Amino acid sequence: MEDDAPVIYGLEFQARALTAQTAETDAIRFLVGTQSLKFDNQIHIIDFDDENNIINKNVLLHQAGEIWHIAASPANKAVLSTCYNKTNDSKVMSCAAVWQMPSGWETGSHESADDSAQNPQTLELLFDLDSGTQHSSSCVLWEPMGDGKRVISLADNQALLWDLQESPTKATVSSTATLEGKGQLKFTSGKWSPHHNCSQLATANDTAIRGWDLRTMSQIYCVENAHGQLVRDLDFNPNRQYYLASCGDDCKVKFWDVRNVQEPVKTLEEHSHWVWSVRYNQSHDQLVLTASSDSRLILSNMVSISSEPFGHMVDDEELSEGEDNPQEEKVKEPLKDSVVSTYEEHEDSVYAAEWSSADPWLFASLSYDGRLVINRVPRALKYRILL
Amino acid sequence: MDADTDGSGGPDESGRRRKVHGMLKLYYGLDEEGKISEKSQSLDPCDINGPHFDPELYLNKLRRECSLAELMDQETCMVKQIRSLDSDMQTLVYENYNKFISATDTIRKMKNDFKKMEDEMDCLSANMAAITDFSANISGTLQDQHAQITKLSAVHTLLRKLQFLFELPARLNKCLELKAYAQAVSFHRRARCVLQQYSHLPSFKGIQDDCHAIMDMLAQELRQRFRDGGTSAKDLSECVELLLQLDEPAEELCDKFLSHARSRLEADLQGLEAEIRPYPTAVKDASARRSSAGSPTDSSPKTSSLPSPTPNTDILEFIDRGCNEFVSSLCLVIASYQELFINHAQTGELASKNIPQMANRKLHVFVDDLAAQYFSLVERRIQEEKGVSDNSLLVRALDRFHRRLQAVSKLLPNSTVPNQGTEIVIRAATERVKQYLAALQSFYMDSLTDVRQALAAPRLSVAGGTGSGGGPHLGGGATSRDAPNSLPELLSILSASILNQIKSVLASVHLFTAKDITFSNKPYFKGEFCSQGVRESLVVNFIKFVCQSSRQFCESAGDKGGSTPPALLLLLSRLCLDFETSTISYILTLTDEQFLVQHHSPVTPVTILCTEAREAAQKLLNHYVKVQGLNISQMLRKSVETRDWVNTIEPRNVRAVMKRVVEDATSIDVQVGLLYEEGVRKAHSSDSSKRTFSVYSSSRQQVRYAASYTPSAPMDTNLLSNIHKLFSERIDIFSSVEFNKVSVMTGIIKISLKTFLECVRLRTFGRYGLQQIQVDCHYLQMYLWRFVSDENLVHFLLDEIVGSCAHRCLDPSPMEQSVIEVICERG
Repeated sequence: MEDDAPVIYGLEFQARALTAQTAETDAIRFLVGTQSLKFDNQIHIIDFDDENNIINKNVLLHQAGEIWHIAASPANKAVLSTCYNKTNDSKVMSCAAVWQMPSGWETGSHESADDSAQNPQTLELLFDLDSGTQHSSSCVLWEPMGDGKRVISLADNQALLWDLQESPTKATVSSTATLEGKGQLKFTSGKWSPHHNCSQLATANDTAIRGWDLRTMSQIYCVENAHGQLVRDLDFNPNRQYYLASCGDDCKVKFWDVRNVQEPVKTLEEHSHWVWSVRYNQSHDQLVLTASSDSRLILSNMVSISSEPFGHMVDDEELSEGEDNPQEEKVKEPLKDSVVSTYEEHEDSVYAAEWSSADPWLFASLSYDGRLVINRVPRALKYRILL
Repeated sequence: MDADTDGSGGPDESGRRRKVHGMLKLYYGLDEEGKISEKSQSLDPCDINGPHFDPELYLNKLRRECSLAELMDQETCMVKQIRSLDSDMQTLVYENYNKFISATDTIRKMKNDFKKMEDEMDCLSANMAAITDFSANISGTLQDQHAQITKLSAVHTLLRKLQFLFELPARLNKCLELKAYAQAVSFHRRARCVLQQYSHLPSFKGIQDDCHAIMDMLAQELRQRFRDGGTSAKDLSECVELLLQLDEPAEELCDKFLSHARSRLEADLQGLEAEIRPYPTAVKDASARRSSAGSPTDSSPKTSSLPSPTPNTDILEFIDRGCNEFVSSLCLVIASYQELFINHAQTGELASKNIPQMANRKLHVFVDDLAAQYFSLVERRIQEEKGVSDNSLLVRALDRFHRRLQAVSKLLPNSTVPNQGTEIVIRAATERVKQYLAALQSFYMDSLTDVRQALAAPRLSVAGGTGSGGGPHLGGGATSRDAPNSLPELLSILSASILNQIKSVLASVHLFTAKDITFSNKPYFKGEFCSQGVRESLVVNFIKFVCQSSRQFCESAGDKGGSTPPALLLLLSRLCLDFETSTISYILTLTDEQFLVQHHSPVTPVTILCTEAREAAQKLLNHYVKVQGLNISQMLRKSVETRDWVNTIEPRNVRAVMKRVVEDATSIDVQVGLLYEEGVRKAHSSDSSKRTFSVYSSSRQQVRYAASYTPSAPMDTNLLSNIHKLFSERIDIFSSVEFNKVSVMTGIIKISLKTFLECVRLRTFGRYGLQQIQVDCHYLQMYLWRFVSDENLVHFLLDEIVGSCAHRCLDPSPMEQSVIEVICERG
């Protein structure tokens, strides 16, 4: 059973920002934001036709500046947010904004996929996430599974919770959390927890990971020295509310139980350089994707700390379903924690990797040289997990 | 014819003479001889002396066979013989005649005498008849009296016996008074059966009761004596013997004897116990036991010994005391007990009552019990022997302990005591080996601490040396000279001291197997102790410990990498590598030789240990690379992150941080070079081997840089990937390094430059920012290429940095290569 070959798509510009179009659950669609200081930056909408293994792309212009971070609204397909650098004369500013795709972006694409780049449409600005003070935004987080009305932006040492509902033209800050401490503290990354009624946020600054309660905007936990060096990325286990994955410049991926911040539950040391991104599969949380500047993408199968440690077992919440045939499931030989596959299609540092929101067995990774690679979970593993 | 007659006459005569001879012989009882001679005579008729001699035949024969002369000779010879025979005959006749005369006289005289004797004999027989008559008369008359006398004498003996019986109580009393117990017992024994037999008679009954009373008293007395401690062994045995004869139950006696002995031995044990450092529970136990024993004799030594805090005697003294007091008196007790109850009983009538078996059983229980107490004391004492300073003392003590127990085994061949003793020795030995392991480990950790301290001092001077040393490439030589405790010295000191320590430990442990030690020929000490004890749990475990503790430096240092000085990592890595290459096999060979380890049980092979050491060395070195790489990375990262690259001024100098990077790389290079070999480089291009950077960079670099960041092409990303394709080999940044300087340096520089690259990519640069990076990269290029195995690697990474920087530049106008060179050479 041969696995399908990876599908590679090349962008003209360098790129770091990648996201799945979260609200889209039928088509496999990724959004890529480019980084170019000299040309107009673009947002590439990559549609992947799973049956024919073909990529269709649409390009939207993002004239505001080079994109460092991109996130799609979980409620509205056409809405997305970016963090971008704006250069004015000799000043570089990091801003964040919420954009609306132009209404007709999809129509023209299929007929003239080739020359769509020649006539790209421009994104329409919905909200500027600008609190007025000089902050450089590092990322924007949408409320998971929310209605697309609440976002958090991380800017310098502040986490700002925005309400997009009140006014159609202006986003308002509903609350703020500030990181206080010695020196210049700066949030590098963060993640909005899908658990606890979406009332928690995890952020990374330098080597520490912090958890925040959004109701009071106060810190609830802190993993000091979570990594030996900078923490680059975080992700919440979609099924186990206290489990959190982090990665960083010490080449490690660590899995935490935030109830015990002293020791990581598990540590992976597969990469040979900094790990920039870590992503749990939203449906099968044993599958973890990590992207590193050693130009590799690694798919790991972390069975032992997943919500299904004994194969397709069910944990407490799903117990009612699992009672039907527990016998049969226990017979299956449990999988061991292992690296499923190492993907070496990239030739430059891979800064981002994302699972598709439509197909849980499909993921995309983006390297700095603008190469987007779409891969699938190996079939053998897929069937083992499913059957 | 004369001859003829003579010839015939000769034989006749001789035959007659023969006959005479034969008759005489017959007469004198010599017929045996004669018979023999007769038998030997031939039947030859021609034998002149033979009985069947035929003169006719003989003559004819002569005449036929002989000449005349011969016949003549024969004749004269025969005549001569006849004459001599004649004279012989005459003499014989005369002799015999005389004898016959005298014999006849004698016979005649005898005839007369016999006649006289016959008369006297008649007279005698008459007399005898008279005497018989008289005697019959007398015996008839005396018959009655004789019977009376016999009866009387029987009565007399009976009376005497009775008298003895009646007097017995008094006698016994007297004996009792005189303390002649043996006498009393023998008296009583003599009377006992009689008294028993006639006990139905009231008078005898009385006597018997009296005797019993007295004997009870006596037994009491004896028992008292027996119980009293002061009696000598001889007295004691006498007592026991008497008591045994008194039908005292042997079992009870055994018990008493043993309990008596026990109290004395326990006093010995308490004396021993007092010498052990009294820890509270033990004291409590001991006093509790004493009070429960309850005998007043015990309490006096207790009160005297307890309050005085006896200083701990050394173990040899302790064991000596134990041997001299306890073991020897135990042996005495055993010996006398066996004499009394076992050997003695076997000969006597007691043997039938199974007493020897019973006694033996009791003895075993007794000995085992006491020995157990003794052993527990000894073990406690041995456990206190924590210090590993003087092993010979312990070994000697154990030897003595073991030797003295052999005496017990000789006395009691079936006893388990000596085996238990051996087990104690074995336990002590294994315990000791463990202690040595612990001591070795702590020694190792201590020496590491020393090394750490030694490293801390020269590290300061290294820093100072490089700081003041002007040119970074010159700084290296100065530092190595400055440091009094240079790394190789420290390494050799460390490994030598470890080796010495191992050797001295081996030597002390070797004492256990010395020839003159009694227990050294036990199978345990010949086999298991050497292989499992010394080799495995001491030497192998130590080596494993070294490897593991070294590994821990990688882990405990954690992600920060700050806690362990990198030099120590390097040193340990080299140490482990040395272990792998030589030390381990040397130590193990040494051990195997010293202990003649016979590999009965599977032992850890050298190769496994070597692999472990190599892994540890590798891990340490990797960690070293990581730590040093991170140190440089941090500098580079800070320098990139904290600067406003858009609004920077035109570069006039190489940034200080780059100089610092090169300095650090140089000092690391020196540091690594002290311990590791140079390693193999890929062939240098001819110009770089000259180490003249100006030539090198101007000729080649310009072209390359120009290609990589010419901003004209709009699809500039392709260029980067093109460069990638040139270097199709993927560069693993944090990868394993080889055990040589070049590889280590390559690792460190790779990490540093990759960090530089990633940091640059996160920033936006202005025109002068790019130019500054160009200058910095060129400077790095100038100095870093010589550290690495493949200079292309440095070129590639630096190209990447400049290329990425150009991409991130708002106004990418690169600086002239010549200007860069000028700036760089200016320093």
